[in-house]
Amino acid sequence: MRLKDKSTGAGAPCSSGLNIAKEAQGEIIVALAGNPNVGKSTVFNALTGMRQHTGNWPGKTVTNARGRYRHKDKDYVLVDLPGTYSLMSNSAEEETACDFLCFGAPDVTVVVADATCLERNLNLVLQTLEITGSVVVCVNLMDEAKKKGIGINLKLLSDILGVPVVGCCARSGKGLSDLADAVADIAGGRIRTTPLRPIYTKEIEYAVSLLQPPTEKAGTAGVSGRRTALRLPKDDTGVNLTERIVTRLLDICERIAGQVITYDKDDYSARDRKIDKVLTSKISGIPVMIMLLCAVFWITITGANVPSGLLAKGLFRLEEYLGELFNMLSAPKWLSGPVVEGMFRTLIWVISVMLPPMAIFFPLFTLLEDSGYLPRVAFNLDKFFKKACAHGKQSLTMCMGFGCNAVGVVGCRIIDSPRERLIAVITNSFIPCNGRFPALIAIITMFIAGRNAGPLGSLMSALVLAAVIVIGVAATFLASKILSKTILKGTASSFNLELPPYRRPQIGRVIVRSIFDKTFFVLRRAAVVAAPAGLIIWALANIRAGEVSLLESCAVFLDPFARLMGMDGYILLAFILGFPANELVIPIILMGYTAGGALTSAQNLSGLRSLLAANGWNWLTAVCVMLFSLMHWPCGTTCLTVYKETKSLKWTAAAFIVPTAAGTVLCLIVAGAFRLLGLS
Amino acid sequence: MNIEKIPLSSLPIGKKAKVTDLLSDGQLRRRMLDLGVAGGTEIEPLFKSPSGDPVAYLVRGAVIALRSDASDKILVAAE
Repeated sequence: MRLKDKSTGAGAPCSSGLNIAKEAQGEIIVALAGNPNVGKSTVFNALTGMRQHTGNWPGKTVTNARGRYRHKDKDYVLVDLPGTYSLMSNSAEEETACDFLCFGAPDVTVVVADATCLERNLNLVLQTLEITGSVVVCVNLMDEAKKKGIGINLKLLSDILGVPVVGCCARSGKGLSDLADAVADIAGGRIRTTPLRPIYTKEIEYAVSLLQPPTEKAGTAGVSGRRTALRLPKDDTGVNLTERIVTRLLDICERIAGQVITYDKDDYSARDRKIDKVLTSKISGIPVMIMLLCAVFWITITGANVPSGLLAKGLFRLEEYLGELFNMLSAPKWLSGPVVEGMFRTLIWVISVMLPPMAIFFPLFTLLEDSGYLPRVAFNLDKFFKKACAHGKQSLTMCMGFGCNAVGVVGCRIIDSPRERLIAVITNSFIPCNGRFPALIAIITMFIAGRNAGPLGSLMSALVLAAVIVIGVAATFLASKILSKTILKGTASSFNLELPPYRRPQIGRVIVRSIFDKTFFVLRRAAVVAAPAGLIIWALANIRAGEVSLLESCAVFLDPFARLMGMDGYILLAFILGFPANELVIPIILMGYTAGGALTSAQNLSGLRSLLAANGWNWLTAVCVMLFSLMHWPCGTTCLTVYKETKSLKWTAAAFIVPTAAGTVLCLIVAGAFRLLGLS
Repeated sequence: MNIEKIPLSSLPIGKKAKVTDLLSDGQLRRRMLDLGVAGGTEIEPLFKSPSGDPVAYLVRGAVIALRSDASDKILVAAE
């Protein structure tokens, strides 16, 4: 393994980029460790007031966040480590966490444990105690445990472990000040801990007694020589020894759990099992999944109609005023053109079309995420991924792709096998992101579902959108399979995934927070990307080389090929120019069509529809644009992220070519077939 | 009394058993130990996915989904 030698070799420098330099004297570094999905990020957010993304599924935090908080006149730096089950294994995130605990020299380590599953969590607590005694155990989710009739004797647990144990409920903030107090007491030396040190079998203790003196001599400050000695016999000859250590730890955990946990109900998870029966059974599992997807889309489309219209109306009125203002000031055409028709119109488009669906879709999606449903999706779909020789956790990275493909690509770190991780990275853009999703909705509303604006029309739109997503998912399976049989040959590795208990999402807070977040996100993107791009594209559309504008001559050049794909030159050009951000595709198309001021702006979807229809769009064009939007090169940010994650131009090229090839071929086939049949 | 060992994958849903042997090696074996699956651990198949594989198991209070290739390599003795 990559980091093994460094992380076991005493005195090795921290090699994982987790070095947190103390920026000011007197700052106290606190590491936040714990099993995946125990609410570390929630604790982190609650203490620091930051807004790390949280969700009820394991592996969500793949990068290390750091934040600051102040407690009783002292400054603390909090480092959120990736979730790990153990510190003895070899997966990348475990190495990261372990390296930081050993060599990042945190002053205090908080191990967050899940009260509803304490026994399994204790394993990591014991392993951490082998490294350092400056530990506070934070038993999170006490409210969930109480609901399930699980009682935990925190005082007894603290006595057994020899370190402070704080019960808390990070979502509501309960217990957090006690946690901060306990951290402060340890950092200030006001509490002396007597950490539980498990006694192993005679052979192990003998081996450790031999290894401990030399490792202590060469040791790093803060890491016990005993711990280093325990971790040394890790190569193949020592597997048995490590395993005996782990088994012994598991026994101890079981014993402690037996002492401190009481169950009021015989079957404390009966409710979860009932829900699972509906959400994962043979008969209802997949249909319920598709119905949920459709329901989310339906609510999104129906709900977005009204605010979208209002926003467009308001913003276009603003455009008129702006135009008049420029007139009044008798601003020259070269100024008012780019500002009003270039920047402002692009802004309007991006905001009025993107904002409402995003502000509705993401809160809904976050509710599903917080409830614990996403791991069940991975569970339901795993068989397909296995058939495609890919990893079941790929469904989680695909779900992240809905938000942003770049985020999805980073999220692929939760997949251990490098081959399967690459497959997930390369195929991630088959899931329409934030920037493409609203455009799909707009096109569906205009051309497929008809202008029937009633609930029936939105239902139709939702079904079509769900079908488009299903095509994207099917393309993902197919592409994964083809990759597994060609350039990424191999068989599926083993899959294991924790299915967390269902939690009732904090509906009000989720909705408010994610509407706020998404609004901010869309507006920021609009300002940073869409407005400048609008300026450039306006220039391209209006600067003339001879008779025609640059935009037009490029479009004319692309036109023959684009026609074969069921589109036209402007559309294909828009996809190419939309490389920096997918939100721009539709505004560019519009600017191409309306260049030269021949047409007034389309102020709502039906106006837009007539504009597009006047430029030769029919339903086949719409279908091909949607398919190509679903499957073409990932945006610039995503490509850059793929390069950062894979460190390879070859795989970045693959992530570019695979969806592009799929989309091109599919559009050629669809357009060709329908023309042959004379249907369009 | 002779206790019959069977692979975890053929243990029926709802039947508790104790792990007797881990046949896997390398990373998979380590992962199983991380999740708390070791000799003597009580384990219970809870429910199957729509296609029958993977299956969700109750291990030390947590629900863990395993593909059959992993559960084939865990031998258990029913209680």
